[in-house]
Amino acid sequence: MTPEDGRTLVAEAPANASRSKLKLIDCDVHHALRSSKDLYPYMATRWHDHIAQFGRRRPVPFLASSPYPKTAPALSRTDSWPPNGGPPGSDLAFLQEQLLDRYNIEYGMLHLLTSGMDERNQDLGNALCCAINDWQYEHWTQKDKRLKAAIVVPGEDAVAAVKEIERWAGNPDFCQISIVTHSIEPLGRRRYWPIYEAAQAHNLPIGLHSSGTNGHAVTSAGWCSYYVEEQHNVALSQQNLAISLVCEGVFERFPALKAVIVEAGFVWVPAVCWRLDQHWARMRGEVPHLTKKPSEYFRSNLWYSSQPADEPENPQDLRQVIEWLGWDRLMFATDYPHWDMDNPEHAFKFRMTEAEQQQVFAGNARAVYGLA
Amino acid sequence: MARHIVADAGEIPPGGRKLVTIRGREIGVFNQGGEYFALLNRCPHQGAELCKGTLIGLATSTGPGNFELTRHGEMLKCPWHGWEYEIRTGQSWCDPNDIKARAYPVTVEHGATLVKGPYVAETFQVEIEQDYVVIEV
Repeated sequence: MTPEDGRTLVAEAPANASRSKLKLIDCDVHHALRSSKDLYPYMATRWHDHIAQFGRRRPVPFLASSPYPKTAPALSRTDSWPPNGGPPGSDLAFLQEQLLDRYNIEYGMLHLLTSGMDERNQDLGNALCCAINDWQYEHWTQKDKRLKAAIVVPGEDAVAAVKEIERWAGNPDFCQISIVTHSIEPLGRRRYWPIYEAAQAHNLPIGLHSSGTNGHAVTSAGWCSYYVEEQHNVALSQQNLAISLVCEGVFERFPALKAVIVEAGFVWVPAVCWRLDQHWARMRGEVPHLTKKPSEYFRSNLWYSSQPADEPENPQDLRQVIEWLGWDRLMFATDYPHWDMDNPEHAFKFRMTEAEQQQVFAGNARAVYGLA
Repeated sequence: MARHIVADAGEIPPGGRKLVTIRGREIGVFNQGGEYFALLNRCPHQGAELCKGTLIGLATSTGPGNFELTRHGEMLKCPWHGWEYEIRTGQSWCDPNDIKARAYPVTVEHGATLVKGPYVAETFQVEIEQDYVVIEV
């Protein structure tokens, strides 16, 4: 799709080479299916017939709509539609050109938003997740070693999820586990613990990219009117799941578990920590399983992707926030090809030292994901 | 500043655009209802190719419950984050004092005037009876 009005008569844009010397690790790259039928070769014929006859059962509230912000078609940069057709993110060669080569990206962490993770029919959901992982492996990570996939699992079915984690654990093409964040219960609840146990056992971080639908609005008071609200509320829902993971004691039971909050911002972390610590000092007896201040778990077990990087009036304010947060917590992400993508050359409007850049743009992710 | 011929006057239809490269700079030339405007093909926010964005109108409101859409096709919306710029001036709508896309003066000139020079036209055979779009860079 090209901009609908205004013909581009001549496109003389030369291929832009990266100006960045730094090799980056991009913690949020969206690949996409050209069609849901791309998954059929990896699914039993039984499911082809099932989908044709009964369709998917996803708890999506708006008919023919999506609860996600969609300020642009497919949520994407209008210049990211592949010239050979298909939706943004579906063409490996174009993704290489527009993202990996252009910005000197050493590794890109893939997050697929279309998935079977929130399918209500659990057997179908599991079949879809398994097919997605086979498809990711064959069509993406095996074709470009810079791309690293997440093991997509049906989070509401912990037994099936663990089985799928074990099918891929140890395969270097898969660097984390992905579950939907809009879950049926807060993600710290014990029904999800077998997934965290497997994640810790295999040293795989849980990648928590806002995704899925659980039939509920992301606000606690129903559906908001505007995407501009929803865009922010989605980040609030990520704060809630981080609070749940901490307060339920997930990191006490699984102290080596790593969780990465993706695309929810990071400026909120210090404020949430200050307030939680204050509550904890007064109500510690309610949650005696927490042996340390809530803020300490936010600094030991959770990491945060940078995009969309906030743009305060005074850019230096962002430096102060990162100092509160800790330079070892923040991991750069573009969110390519989505419309709110961050360009690594311009995302941060203040100057970082070389050491700080090294941490945010590569070092932290290298450590978290165990990349060479 | 040098004057560069970038198009035949009939080449860019109303509502259309052409991307040209002048002295290493990519510039988008727009025809808005017969008037021509030129902007650097770079969004000052995060460096996207601004001139590949969508041309839209300006949505305004005097209060909740009403809205108006005016200036059809005069706002250029960045292909990435959707920042809106006036194609006439390059001024951004949300941060007009600090964020501005680089704009260049554009004129339509008759070939008979142009042949007297000075002008730069690597790819144009200037004919005196034709009109041309000229940018000053």
